[in-house]
Amino acid sequence: MATDVLGARIKRVEDPRFITGKGRYLDDIKLAGMTYMSILRSPYAHANIRSIDTAAARAMPGVVLVLVGADIPYNPLPMAWPAGGVAGIRNNINTPRVLATDSVKWTGEGVAAVIAETVAQAVDALEAIVVEWEPLPVVVDAEKATQPGAPQLHENAPNNVVFEWTVGDKAGTDAALEAAPVIVRQRIVNQRLIPNPMEVRGDIGVYNPGTDEYTIWMSSQTPHIQRLLLSAFVMGIPEHKIRCISPDIGGAFGTKIFCYADMALCLFASKALNGRPVKWVETRRENYQSTIHGRDHITYLEIAGTREGEITGLRVKTYANLGGRLSTIGPGIPTTLYGRVLSGCYRIPNVYCEVTGVYTNTTFVDAYRGAGRPEATYVIERAMDLFADEIGLDPAELRRRNFIAPDKFPYDNPSGLGTASNGEKIYIDSGNYEPAMDMALATAGYASIDKAKADARARGKYLGIGLSTYIEVCGVAPSKWIGAVGEGWGAAMWESANLKIHLTGKVVLTMGTQPQGQGHETTYAQIVSSELGIPMDDIIVQHSDTQGTPFGYGSYGSRTASVGGTAAVKAAGKIREKARQYAAHMLEAAVDDIEVVGAEYRVKGSPEKMKTLQEVVFALDLGFSLPAGMEPYLDETAYYDTPNCTWPFGTHVAIVEIDEETGKVDLVRYVAVDDVGKKINPMIVDGQLHGGIAQGVGQALWEGAVYGDDGQLLSGSMLDYAVPRASWFPNFELGETVTPSPVNPLGVKGVGEAGAIASTAAVANAVIDALSPFGIRHLDMPYTAPKVWRAMHDKEARS
Amino acid sequence: MIPAAFDYARPTSLDEALVLLARGAGNAKVLAGGQSLLPLMRLRLASPGQLIDIGRIAELRTIRDLGGGATGIGALATYRDVLDSELATRNHPILATAIPMIGDVQVRNRGTLAGSIAHADPASDLPAILLALEGTLVIRSGNGERVVAVEGFFQGAFATDLGQDEILTEIRLPATPDGAGMAYRAIEQPASGYSMVGVAAVIGRVGDSIGYARIAITGAGNVAYRAMAVEAALLGSDGGAAAIEAAAAHATDGQVVGSDFNADAEYRTAMAQVYTRRAVEAALAAID
Ligand SMILES: Cc1cc2nc3c(=O)[nH]c(=O)nc-3n(C[C@H](O)[C@H](O)[C@H](O)COP(=O)(O)OP(=O)(O)OC[C@H]3O[C@@H](n4cnc5c(N)ncnc54)[C@H](O)[C@@H]3O)c2cc1C
Repeated sequence: MATDVLGARIKRVEDPRFITGKGRYLDDIKLAGMTYMSILRSPYAHANIRSIDTAAARAMPGVVLVLVGADIPYNPLPMAWPAGGVAGIRNNINTPRVLATDSVKWTGEGVAAVIAETVAQAVDALEAIVVEWEPLPVVVDAEKATQPGAPQLHENAPNNVVFEWTVGDKAGTDAALEAAPVIVRQRIVNQRLIPNPMEVRGDIGVYNPGTDEYTIWMSSQTPHIQRLLLSAFVMGIPEHKIRCISPDIGGAFGTKIFCYADMALCLFASKALNGRPVKWVETRRENYQSTIHGRDHITYLEIAGTREGEITGLRVKTYANLGGRLSTIGPGIPTTLYGRVLSGCYRIPNVYCEVTGVYTNTTFVDAYRGAGRPEATYVIERAMDLFADEIGLDPAELRRRNFIAPDKFPYDNPSGLGTASNGEKIYIDSGNYEPAMDMALATAGYASIDKAKADARARGKYLGIGLSTYIEVCGVAPSKWIGAVGEGWGAAMWESANLKIHLTGKVVLTMGTQPQGQGHETTYAQIVSSELGIPMDDIIVQHSDTQGTPFGYGSYGSRTASVGGTAAVKAAGKIREKARQYAAHMLEAAVDDIEVVGAEYRVKGSPEKMKTLQEVVFALDLGFSLPAGMEPYLDETAYYDTPNCTWPFGTHVAIVEIDEETGKVDLVRYVAVDDVGKKINPMIVDGQLHGGIAQGVGQALWEGAVYGDDGQLLSGSMLDYAVPRASWFPNFELGETVTPSPVNPLGVKGVGEAGAIASTAAVANAVIDALSPFGIRHLDMPYTAPKVWRAMHDKEARS
Repeated sequence: MIPAAFDYARPTSLDEALVLLARGAGNAKVLAGGQSLLPLMRLRLASPGQLIDIGRIAELRTIRDLGGGATGIGALATYRDVLDSELATRNHPILATAIPMIGDVQVRNRGTLAGSIAHADPASDLPAILLALEGTLVIRSGNGERVVAVEGFFQGAFATDLGQDEILTEIRLPATPDGAGMAYRAIEQPASGYSMVGVAAVIGRVGDSIGYARIAITGAGNVAYRAMAVEAALLGSDGGAAAIEAAAAHATDGQVVGSDFNADAEYRTAMAQVYTRRAVEAALAAID
């Protein structure tokens, strides 16, 4: 029966095409007359460009066009989300140009482009371009970049400061820290990460000289936003003259949200070539250097409280490295999505956070799976463990004593989301943290962990257990808040759905959101199937093309199920209501007398008088006989703006073993109890958790982008950047509690990022716990074998 | 990720290949499985003007019985071929346990042992294994054939005794003493899967004491090397825990241990000792 579809572990309808190699990704698209672009990238992290000589490259075989910055009329790329919400805050904004003109600020910034008949010819011609460089001093560390005497990147950003942002009550927090019997301080680094989607980015730009219209295929999470940005903010082309299409996307993790220079470059080049298509697909090396990175915070945390374990204050100062120039929403991530959720699921009365956004000679940093919230979770969860250690209290018990109690919701956290443009406050709306923690601890065998530690010692291993009791803010976001002047990114964040039922009863749902591997074609179909009583097989979900889909903000921020899903529910509701009215017409009954049971429209009290939805559709779509005022066809569009974000939470527990001789850390067990609200497809939810957990564990144990002092990316390929392998993980032990979200009719919250938000801190706490016999209280990630070995041995040497 | 333009030749006999190679010397490169050469070319870290693909030269594919427990492994034998060879894995059981630690299925299906040796990546695994097995290499050029020991073949990182006009045609592995145990133990650099340090040990007992010991280490120095001081300390000892520990302490004697951002010299030195001990213990346990 229809309602069973919602919540069922249905196999993904996309998978047959993906796993048989029949997906259609950007690089699979071949157009007649296609040309290929390759971009010359700066070998220096900081340099002035004295001159660029492209004459030899122009003369190379197959070359049809060579572009340098001076050829491109466009403005720098847009800044869509400056740091805001604080009176008088200044953002010293520098975004990339389509091609650099005077100077480069990181290794890999684009300075010239060659378009040729083949990729090989384009790459060969790049080598013939001669650039005269004037290398400049380099700084890659955000904290050092703000110190006197540091190399300066931009004239409008003294001391390389992008912004100085604060949230919370400074005086109150200072006083709370002053008065507290116990205070713990720690400097912690949340290292820079390279996101590594399996499919790299790319674009194909096509200009139509006959109509003066542009089409761009892009590996993008946000085709509608890109159309808006490229038209209104970059190229000045009327919005209706650009069409953006995202084909199948092989992973994104945030990297494909943004407006990149290559997009404008492909369109501009196609126009210059009188409409020949221009394709650009980045290499993995380019992806490492010139697609956004994530994280990169240096934080000084101070946590204060009583000997009995009541936390009374949290004061945090963070240097957020934003790279050489700003990516589209770079400043929004370490401010709104970080500082405003710093106190996590704890009732901490005084919270104050300062964030300095900093330019350095590195690749730009923007939203990467979790975006701000993993950084916040890492700070608060490490802080809780440090505090527990200081007062000699069990870390789980400390958390229990400080959880926001279930009867305290809606809860207004002191560094919270604040006030929306209409004066409404945005609260943490729901939560019940203890049951999730209890379940996770029981599953992990927390009570008998001392025995497990002793057993491990007998085998030459140090065992450690760590927990992370996280919340995240997702399902972004109410437009009244995210669009509030000075706070958000100056745009709304509702979603849209169009639902049509064609004459034969087949259903097309068209969405403004954009899948990247999450299985939207399955989960949306489950929603529609459940709402209308139509079999899954009769429903198709379309997306990804600004021509033919209603405007939508795309997929990121774990928002698709809650915001997009609700738009689909609303569109189905409109369809059902119109069908009900038409059924009344067919059955010659009053509309109020028609009840809908699955796909049957029945006259109340006389169930034999009924029409199936198929009968209604057929007649209504033909429209031979219509009641007064009714239009033919079942075709409804709905827009949905969420009244609040959603607030998933849970407890993750990691158990690690460290080999005493080598320092090698093995993750031996991983337990996750998540409350993501109701689940549309629990199998897909599990998959999202698995991937997110693996990515978060990757940060804790292996991954890290490393720059040399000269600004060269040392971890410049997968030979030196450790992307986790499946065989390095134990089977994840997943549990759940289900607290339906009160904000949407589906009761869903969002799960795309939860795993990545929670797991890093759980593993970090486990590693530090394992190292506690050495007197180690903190160690920065990633916990590679050499680093852990060094920590153990230095401690041994000292004692 | 597109190599610079190059010419391509696919000879079907060794003699033809040697002629081409002599003609192109300095400009031409031998292509075997391509697992090391092609990635370098794609990154344009290598841009040879000509590739001489030896992949169709049937005579190089063989794995031969050299009698008395010795084996000849042709230049085109892949890791997979060797794993599948009953002869090679019976004669030298370390191949069966160590090769699965190298690369992944695809790499082992394409990559050749000779290619690994000719490439001489200081972090590659095979050099240590061949040193401990006291392998020799058969090298051919238009001027004839020479046979050299693996020991001494490596001259530095990515540098060998191989001339520009020479092809490595066969790896010869002599018989190991009856009843010897052998093992390879390595700690991986997680990103690349290559070894930060790898140690191969071949150990035999005479009565109650160790009568035969060949220990070779990769990853620590700029070339793989025989750890002679470890061998000397083991010989004649009882092979007990204390003796092994004491011997392993000499793992990097006389070596300049390398450092990079993945692991510094101090760590590599310590791991050379730990993995020497582990390899020796495992080799002793494998004695039948
Ligand atoms: C993903 C990946 C993972 C890997 N992991 C490991 C690992 O864990 N451990 C490890 O040790 N190795 C590893 N390797 C390297 C692999 O072992 C070698 O690339 C492979 O064995 C080289 O053999 P090939 O036949 O592919 O050589 P090619 O790449 O064809 O050639 C390599 C070099 O040797 C020369 N050459 C080849 N054959 C001859 C010959 N007969 N005579 C003269 N010169 C010759 C070529 O000219 C070239 O310079 C890995 C490689 C990859 C791609």
